[in-house]
Amino acid sequence: MISKESIIASLNNVGPNTLYELSKRLILLIPASFDYVAPRTLDEGVKFLEKQGDDAKVLAGGHSLIPLLRFRLASPKYLVDINRIVGLEYIRESDGYLHIGSLTRYADVEASQLIQSKYQVLSDAAGHIADPLVRNMGTVGGNICHSDPANDLPATMLALGASMVALGSSGERVIPAEQFFVDTFQTALKLTELLKEIRVPVPSAHTGSAYMKLERRVGDFPIVGVAAQVKLNAQGICENVGLGLTAAGPKALKPKGAEASLRGKKPGEKEIREAANLAAQDAQPVSDLRGPAEYKREMIRVLTVRALQRALERARGGT
Amino acid sequence: MNMSRHHISVTVNGNKREADVDSRTLLVHFIRETLGLTGTHIGCDTSNCGACTVILDGKAVKSCTILAVQAEGKEMLTVEGLAKDGKLHPVQEGFWEKHGLQCGFCTPGMLMTSYWLLQKNPNPTEEEIRRGISGNLCRCTGYVKIVEAVQYAAQKMRQPEAPVPAR
Amino acid sequence: MAVEAPVIHEMGHAIKRKEDPRFIQGHGNYVDDIKLPGMLHLDFVRSTYAHAKITRINAEKALAHPGVLAVVTGKDLEAAGLAWMPTLMNDKQMVLPTDTVVYQGQEVAGVVAEDRYAAADGVALVEVEYESLPVVVDPRKALEPGAPVVRPDKNTNAVFHWEAGDKQAVDKTFKEADVVVKQDLYYPRIHVSYMETIGCVAQFDSIAGKLTMWMTTQAPHAVRTVASLVTHIPENKIRIVSPDIGGGFGGKVYVYPGYVVAAVASIKTGRPVKYINDRSEDHQSTAFGRDWYMTAELAAKRDGRILGLRINTTSDHGAFFGDANPSKFPAGLFSICTGSYDMKAAYAEVNGAHTNKPPGGITYRCSFRVTEAAYAIERIVDILAHKLNMDPAELRKKNFVPADKFPYKSALGWSYDSGNYQAAMDKALKKIGYAELRKEQEEKRKRGELMGIGISSFTEIVGAGPANTFDILGLKMFDSCEIRIHPTGTAIARFGTKSQGQGHETTYAQIISEELGLPVDAITVEEGDTDTAPYGLGTYASRSTPTAGAAAAMASRKIQAKAKKIAAYLLEAREEDLVWERGKFFVKGSPDKAKTIQDIAFAAYTNHPPDLEAGLEAVHYYNPPNMTFPFGTYVCVVDIDRGTGEVKVRRFLAVDDCGNIINPLIVEGQIHGALAMGFGTAFMEEIKYDSDGNQLGGNFMDYLIPTAVETPRWETDKTVTPSPHHPFGAKGVGESATVGSPAAYVNAVVDALSHLGVTHVDMPLHPWRVWQILKDKGVAL
Repeated sequence: MISKESIIASLNNVGPNTLYELSKRLILLIPASFDYVAPRTLDEGVKFLEKQGDDAKVLAGGHSLIPLLRFRLASPKYLVDINRIVGLEYIRESDGYLHIGSLTRYADVEASQLIQSKYQVLSDAAGHIADPLVRNMGTVGGNICHSDPANDLPATMLALGASMVALGSSGERVIPAEQFFVDTFQTALKLTELLKEIRVPVPSAHTGSAYMKLERRVGDFPIVGVAAQVKLNAQGICENVGLGLTAAGPKALKPKGAEASLRGKKPGEKEIREAANLAAQDAQPVSDLRGPAEYKREMIRVLTVRALQRALERARGGT
Repeated sequence: MNMSRHHISVTVNGNKREADVDSRTLLVHFIRETLGLTGTHIGCDTSNCGACTVILDGKAVKSCTILAVQAEGKEMLTVEGLAKDGKLHPVQEGFWEKHGLQCGFCTPGMLMTSYWLLQKNPNPTEEEIRRGISGNLCRCTGYVKIVEAVQYAAQKMRQPEAPVPAR
Repeated sequence: MAVEAPVIHEMGHAIKRKEDPRFIQGHGNYVDDIKLPGMLHLDFVRSTYAHAKITRINAEKALAHPGVLAVVTGKDLEAAGLAWMPTLMNDKQMVLPTDTVVYQGQEVAGVVAEDRYAAADGVALVEVEYESLPVVVDPRKALEPGAPVVRPDKNTNAVFHWEAGDKQAVDKTFKEADVVVKQDLYYPRIHVSYMETIGCVAQFDSIAGKLTMWMTTQAPHAVRTVASLVTHIPENKIRIVSPDIGGGFGGKVYVYPGYVVAAVASIKTGRPVKYINDRSEDHQSTAFGRDWYMTAELAAKRDGRILGLRINTTSDHGAFFGDANPSKFPAGLFSICTGSYDMKAAYAEVNGAHTNKPPGGITYRCSFRVTEAAYAIERIVDILAHKLNMDPAELRKKNFVPADKFPYKSALGWSYDSGNYQAAMDKALKKIGYAELRKEQEEKRKRGELMGIGISSFTEIVGAGPANTFDILGLKMFDSCEIRIHPTGTAIARFGTKSQGQGHETTYAQIISEELGLPVDAITVEEGDTDTAPYGLGTYASRSTPTAGAAAAMASRKIQAKAKKIAAYLLEAREEDLVWERGKFFVKGSPDKAKTIQDIAFAAYTNHPPDLEAGLEAVHYYNPPNMTFPFGTYVCVVDIDRGTGEVKVRRFLAVDDCGNIINPLIVEGQIHGALAMGFGTAFMEEIKYDSDGNQLGGNFMDYLIPTAVETPRWETDKTVTPSPHHPFGAKGVGESATVGSPAAYVNAVVDALSHLGVTHVDMPLHPWRVWQILKDKGVAL
């Protein structure tokens, strides 16, 4: 059996986000045999992972995992289908946080009035993942746990300053997004843990956010993407900025220099451009079919400008 | 406990169907080969083309990227279940009237997505239709006539039924 | 020359398609829908190398896997003399390699198993060891001395050298010219990407000794003949059935190795064998299109009058010369490259090369290489306009073959049947508001916005073809129709062509309805079964209406002639006194005493003249006297995002002329679909290889085809200039828009950038490629 590590290693050999690069060498579109379990509760799921974690893969929406299985880039002994676990699909605000159940589908995030009104970056991003059919199945938790640098939600969570709530046999632990994304296809989640929910701090007044994605074609993985959230004070000074970059390196990136450059400033054209330049400097894109690295870096700059502009419009009360 | 074979029961186009499946059996193969419903097609292997689209518990999904065992206990609608009592569903009518198909291979998937789209949004704009069917690839039509077919169906479905008697 | 349009009755109506009820209810019958008792599945181990020696194949583990019955290798086939098969271009191709693989994704061993899951497991368990060999993927490099030789059975990569035109005469026009333009153009390699991948079900009946193959083929009869010649199975013991086909676009003309292995497996096991490509397998091993490197040069006078054209081309054919061209045209009909323009002289040269890539070439609604030709001429004409600072529409008008010069003999020898290029262009420019768009562009430029207008005024050449010049492996490119009228006045008509979505069941019925006055619903159209259909060369290259459609009219006319005899007998009148009005005969002056075609049909079996054979049927093999030459003007309007290089097609108008139209709805559908394919080619589709021969576009994740979101909302219109030699004045149309549109897209993008001194951008117009130009010109935001 191919271990998770060996998959990662083999993928890393040919560069990040290159299931597709590798798959061209392997033409097998039927998964190898595996055993399937569908726990009904989180505890049951965690117990199974505790026992078989090394040999198991967690199946959520399946739209990254099932292609991996079909290409036989993953051949786990057990597939743990968490879709039967009740109570993992929710979107609600309480205790100063937006709580998103890990099994919440993209389509539900996209359609959520609450998210559209206060967490626009999230509805922007969720509404542009793959296509509507994929969005009916794909889950927020799956998108994040796959830690594909070309997935849209990791960068979004970085911009929002979200945290992930992991559940293991010894209980819950909260992992900030910055620590959660470790590398390509690698997160801080242990093999014996399940992601329970994502927590996003409720934004205060005068906060706006936006996600900008550049695609070769709708439904394709992004050439690059930029997530931005901006909080202004009553004087229009930037109090806080969160940025996240998609497809800009081995994992979703948080360009801290760019964020810092805007803090305490009244963001005008010049300030935005400067922040965008800094974000582009932090990017580590690689050349591939979606474009040369130089282009991608420049697009990080262009999209950072556009994402910040849109976020600021929204912070100032526009849509 | 045997975890590689599973007995599943699925309501397909209104009929309960039961079968034993392997863990790895893809839903689309279950539909086509076990149930013998060959209207649902396979056009790719990377979840891109949407030829395999079916309605599972009310949502349009790609049956090539779901395991058959995941459908246990669910309700499924395939293209064979769209027409009722010998009458075409308005989306089927629309595709026929407006020449929304040529080779017919993507058509079942397009129909199922359109069906779902109109359930969700009975009066979609052209832009919403185009976005709505963006997970279904068609190589023959250039999409304009598919958009017209969906518009036709939307119009037809909006036509008021005979007045419902007040309670 | 004015051509009078034949009267249209049942033709010309936009009736709904007869074939649709089964497709919209999930009752189509595609090859993967066929399930036979005891059917096995065949799957392939494919080469991971582009060029390598196979040092060992170990199938032990695979054979030990439950459900796996057999593993077939090239050595097994060699013993049966089937390791190689002929291609349609008189080359030969490996069915399975005996010792060397020549492209990545090539079939190496076939695994036969009880079901497709077991077959896939078997494939994973076959161990193959390779010793890599040097690879060549660029056809220009392949023709250089010292390049790695692709084929183990040849000592050169050169496939053919082909020339057309008078080289000296062209050289002279370049000497006389005031202005000369020259441009390198690459037409990228694409894949047809029909939605249904290729496949077959092979069933050998050992008692009858008969092989039946249900197969995704556009040309079932040709396949049967070739199969018989290769296997020595008598041709009456081979039945090829093309069931419903999910798009072909040329890619399903070829005979693929998998078909042969499936047949062998069925013969060996005595059970039916199904083989269906996965999408990834299909992209990596089946026929591609294009991959042409062209250098085009135009000589002209200062006033814009074109004198001469010179084009040099290197074409990539992959490891085997497996194009599906007519035999006498190794470079297809590329010599249509003078397009819509009247010029003194032209010269074209094509050098074909083998590379370590899959074979193919003629695919994708390409009209036998007319796509490349139309692209080259429509691009270089724009470049000339730019150089002369002339409006590209004006320059075209100045050089169009005038309407009164048809039939027109082109510089490269074609005889264009009919045309009115100026009319199509005028209609297009007026409809799109060309003058206003130019004004808008000027204003936008002042504001730094990038907007472009692209024109393409193409001439197509379709309907292959006259038997004296056109054949495939010696089989003349006629096509056929057989009509039988039943006693009760309904009919069955069978054809040598095979629809893959073109709507033959409807259009052919309309033709017969037009000719015989039978209602469309009374006519059943059947194609694709070689046991029942008359012989024909199949459907590709927009040839069905020009050939089999014509045959339908001619067979109908034979029936009408016999019907007239029967009517005369029934009416007790002389034939010459009878008048035909659609669907009935009557004696001149007595229309109330008519005999309908239904009356006549009944009489043909019950009360026919004693000196006449019973029955009412006819067959016709139609040999077209010439090709047909559809044409049109396309206009594309684009806006470019200066930040990202993204191009948005704001409008696209296609004014097509395909002669008389049988079903406007279907014709419009054909044009829409081909416009979308042209759009894909121009903006996103490309199969690239790295220097090791790894394919970089091997599935629908990497190889993008357009979705509904980017695809423009097509605007269409038409002019009607009938073909004078076709029985009802029709021309082909299926490929017009793939031939004509790519240049319009590229011309629009170049036009948006022309004030910056940009004269050309290669396809696909990826955002990064456009952005690179914006950056180089200092206008990127």
